[in-house]
Amino acid sequence: MPSLKDLKIRIESVKSTRKITKAMQMVAAAKLRRAQESAENARPYAERMQAVLGNLASSSADSSSAPLLLSGTGKDSVHLLVAATSERGLCGGFNSSIVRLVRSEATKLQERGKTVKILTVGKKGREQLRRDFEDAMVGHVDLSGQKRIGYQNARVIADDVLSRFENGEFDVATIFFSRFKSVISQEPTAQRLVPAPVSPDSASDRKFYEYEPGENEILEELLPRAVATQIFTALLENAASEQGARMTAMDNATRNAGEMIDKLTIVYNRSRQAAITKELIEIISGAEAL
Amino acid sequence: MADSMRFDLVTPEKSLASLQASAVDIPGAEGDMTAMPDHASLLTTLRPGFLRVQSDGPASEYLVTGGFVEITASSVSVLAETVVPKDEATREQVAEFTAAAEEELSKSSGAEKDLAEKRLGEFRALAATF
Repeated sequence: MPSLKDLKIRIESVKSTRKITKAMQMVAAAKLRRAQESAENARPYAERMQAVLGNLASSSADSSSAPLLLSGTGKDSVHLLVAATSERGLCGGFNSSIVRLVRSEATKLQERGKTVKILTVGKKGREQLRRDFEDAMVGHVDLSGQKRIGYQNARVIADDVLSRFENGEFDVATIFFSRFKSVISQEPTAQRLVPAPVSPDSASDRKFYEYEPGENEILEELLPRAVATQIFTALLENAASEQGARMTAMDNATRNAGEMIDKLTIVYNRSRQAAITKELIEIISGAEAL
Repeated sequence: MADSMRFDLVTPEKSLASLQASAVDIPGAEGDMTAMPDHASLLTTLRPGFLRVQSDGPASEYLVTGGFVEITASSVSVLAETVVPKDEATREQVAEFTAAAEEELSKSSGAEKDLAEKRLGEFRALAATF
């Protein structure tokens, strides 16, 4: 049985933990709003880009001169998995769920005899993936110290991925991130980066364009941008998801701490009462003995 | 014939303008052009330059560094890399862009080198207008 003093210390410590988790929850809520906003702001660009690309690609996909980024290398033996996770912990299952998806995908690919390379973005995913795939890790992008994710960050990652592609380091690239559905639900998602995923444009609403300069020149400019845009969207979704996950996790933690304080307080009061009763009995029986 | 068209100016980070415009001057990769309603569908890349939008209100101007434009009969969508409203653009900023282009050139090789050189030239031309 812990002494009264021990209990009191315990209660105090849980109370200060609760204060921290509560503060973190509120910070996450504020950041979440901002992250959601920037994700929404980025949407028009990404949608337009996808529409234009779909349109362009469907007209030149079958021609043999199509850029490699669109048609792929024709092989499928080396896969690059880009795992986008967070820089900080304390956000529930956010990182683990992304890592789990990457891990299962990597294992599946390895079983089929493919080579897997992993590029990590964010410290947390790297720590977890390094245990199983030390040999497959080819690079890491550090985003810590970035207050706000800008298009520049995505550009840096895209440039890295693209230069690897040009050097023939991989055939297929996939990015893993968490899609933000709502505050309580984030869905780990895999999305193909290279070759560019092109939604088969329905032939009916295909528009015919004139191109300046040529079709292929535009495609060549567009494709690297499309990759960067996809990465940017993924990073923004990830940022919103991270804050959402952290908010939920911290909300739970605050509630648990409250419950624990209640329980500890009951134990504390009980043992205080027991001590008082014991003393009373001692006094009374002492008086009766006289 | 419609006398106005939808104009959208978006960057990866946000949407900067969305309004009805009567004419848009575009610094296209192969020369400047003005898009008016009922323009033939056209897709072009941008070179560094000024984008001028005429609408009912006062005309607005933007400094763009690159990107592309999609023109249809009823809309003009500009997907730009970096956009600065003209009033806020300064000589220093252009110098910064030029420096970035110079760096790009020093890093590139082969076919890219020509592109980077061309881009740098375009930035220099832009800087000269300031």
